[in-house]
Amino acid sequence: MMSHWIVAPIILPSLMAPLLVLVARHDIGLQRVLSLAATAALVVISLMLAVAAASGTVEVYELGNWPAPFGIVMVLDRLSALMLVMTALLALAVQVYVVGTDWDRRGAHFHALYQFQLMGLTGAMLTGDLFNLFVFFEVLLIASYGLMVHGGGKARLRAGVQYVIFNLAGSTLFVFALATLYGVTGTLNMADMAERAHELPEADVALLRTGAAMLLVVFAVKGALLPVHFWLPNTYVHAPAPVAALFAIMTKVGAYSIIRVYTLIFGPEAEVTGTMPGDWIMPAAVLTLIVGMVGVLAGGNLARVVAFAAIGSMGTMFAAVAVFTPESTLAALYYMVHSTFAAAVLFLIVDMVQSRRGTCALGVLPPIAQTGLIASLFFAGAIAMAGMPPLSGFLGKLLVLDAVRDHGGVAWVWAAILIGSLIAIVGLARAGSQLFWKPHAEGITDPDGTVAAMASQPVGVPVASIMALLGLIVVMTLGAGPVTGYMQDTAGQLFDTSVYINAVMGRN
Amino acid sequence: MEFVVASSVGLLTAAGVYLMLRMRTFPVVVGLALLAYAVNVFLFASGRLTLNQPPVQIYEGPWSDPLPQALALTAIVIAFGMTAFTVILALVSFLTSGSDSLDMENSDPAVARTPAKRGEDA
Repeated sequence: MMSHWIVAPIILPSLMAPLLVLVARHDIGLQRVLSLAATAALVVISLMLAVAAASGTVEVYELGNWPAPFGIVMVLDRLSALMLVMTALLALAVQVYVVGTDWDRRGAHFHALYQFQLMGLTGAMLTGDLFNLFVFFEVLLIASYGLMVHGGGKARLRAGVQYVIFNLAGSTLFVFALATLYGVTGTLNMADMAERAHELPEADVALLRTGAAMLLVVFAVKGALLPVHFWLPNTYVHAPAPVAALFAIMTKVGAYSIIRVYTLIFGPEAEVTGTMPGDWIMPAAVLTLIVGMVGVLAGGNLARVVAFAAIGSMGTMFAAVAVFTPESTLAALYYMVHSTFAAAVLFLIVDMVQSRRGTCALGVLPPIAQTGLIASLFFAGAIAMAGMPPLSGFLGKLLVLDAVRDHGGVAWVWAAILIGSLIAIVGLARAGSQLFWKPHAEGITDPDGTVAAMASQPVGVPVASIMALLGLIVVMTLGAGPVTGYMQDTAGQLFDTSVYINAVMGRN
Repeated sequence: MEFVVASSVGLLTAAGVYLMLRMRTFPVVVGLALLAYAVNVFLFASGRLTLNQPPVQIYEGPWSDPLPQALALTAIVIAFGMTAFTVILALVSFLTSGSDSLDMENSDPAVARTPAKRGEDA
């Protein structure tokens, strides 16, 4: 019975989205109720699946009852369940914010696109088939293209075109990589490919390695790893800020794919790739971290500051991923969940500031409405993002620092993380004081009259959803013991690939 | 046959990449389409090139792999939909901003001055 619930996180949004378009298209109230109910149900289902996965078994759902490797399988293990819970919680909080601020009225079909986006995300996290992963990537991307240009406007559309084209090029490379891997191994099922990669004739190893390297580039594009991170800043800055908050999960899909594929198929003990993934990711991660943190200092407007902080956090996370040990994967998972929530909090605050100031440029303007409240929220979000105590960013960074201790380039990584954190603190503090403190100095004028002209904005629901996300960060901090315990078992399960492979291939 | 397939994939990819680097929407869209053709042919070839063979292994002897054909069909559908979407998006972007260049200066995000239809259902 349990096994049928595995596809529920995909089926539910995929049925809800067309329902929203076909039945509720003229009734925004009905759309909100249905869409919020579906996302809330997704939270419940994800938590249920996480409890089921916590027992350590790998549950497999064979679509159409075709056994692997002939049919497509959905696989639920601890990592998938963890990603599902994170996605569902973030999606619910962001959606409540969107409803509370009427963002969904600024263009058509917001909720339908949102549900399709969730379908793509959950599908990518559950699938056990590489080509199916590509298809779910496309589902989540085409929904994100719609969400990205939601509301329209000149700059947003141009940024949208850039985003779409960059990702289409990435998708093309994805198919090239898949075709190479299929041509060599004759399978697309991840578990089956993991087995066949070990028994390849010598002549095919170079081709397989090429495919693995191309796949790494594709996932690095999604994960915004240098030097293929170009799509991220303009996308996050020009997308509607709540959508940018949801997009905090998009980079994590790239990270998830890297963790999944480069532990299961091309893991540390796979002879075909050896240490290649880690050797490539580590320098890229350190560069990503540096560029992100320098960008925080040089941002110029709050949205860009937060976008670069998100890039920097991806760098920190990938530094831990690149070590490819159970301990480092635990650190990467903890920091990943934390940085997703922290980035989402900051993007929602960007929207609150923007809607009250008419701009999010860091110039000094008169105080905005609810300035004290928003400033406190920003303060908490910035502490989480910069990785200062007492919030979970600090614990996450400690875990990451500890995880890379035995790595050859430890000096570089530590220097980058520690100096990067300092720069991030300076950058975020400067942005915060420009926006929230300097307006209280004497003689501040409002040259264009924008702040005075801004209509009053809703407070209760948006603040509640930001508080909920901050609450999740606090839960991660206070419950660090159980949370890291679950993640430790997750990392252990990832590196003991035989359980996953035997479950998928039906050998118990 | 191997030479024809390999060189067509190579030529299409080279032309596609060249056009993508032109940084104007029309050449880039055409370049993406060419890349999609290249990848479809490549995908097709990943099942090994065979002629006049059954797509299932019903008797001893060579057979053609049906899976890459299914994969190519999926990829064609996705690429077609994406190209159509990109054309429309590029067109809307051109009509609103008056430029088809893909470059973007680091501008501040636009903010709606009057929040849309607030309190209509209140």
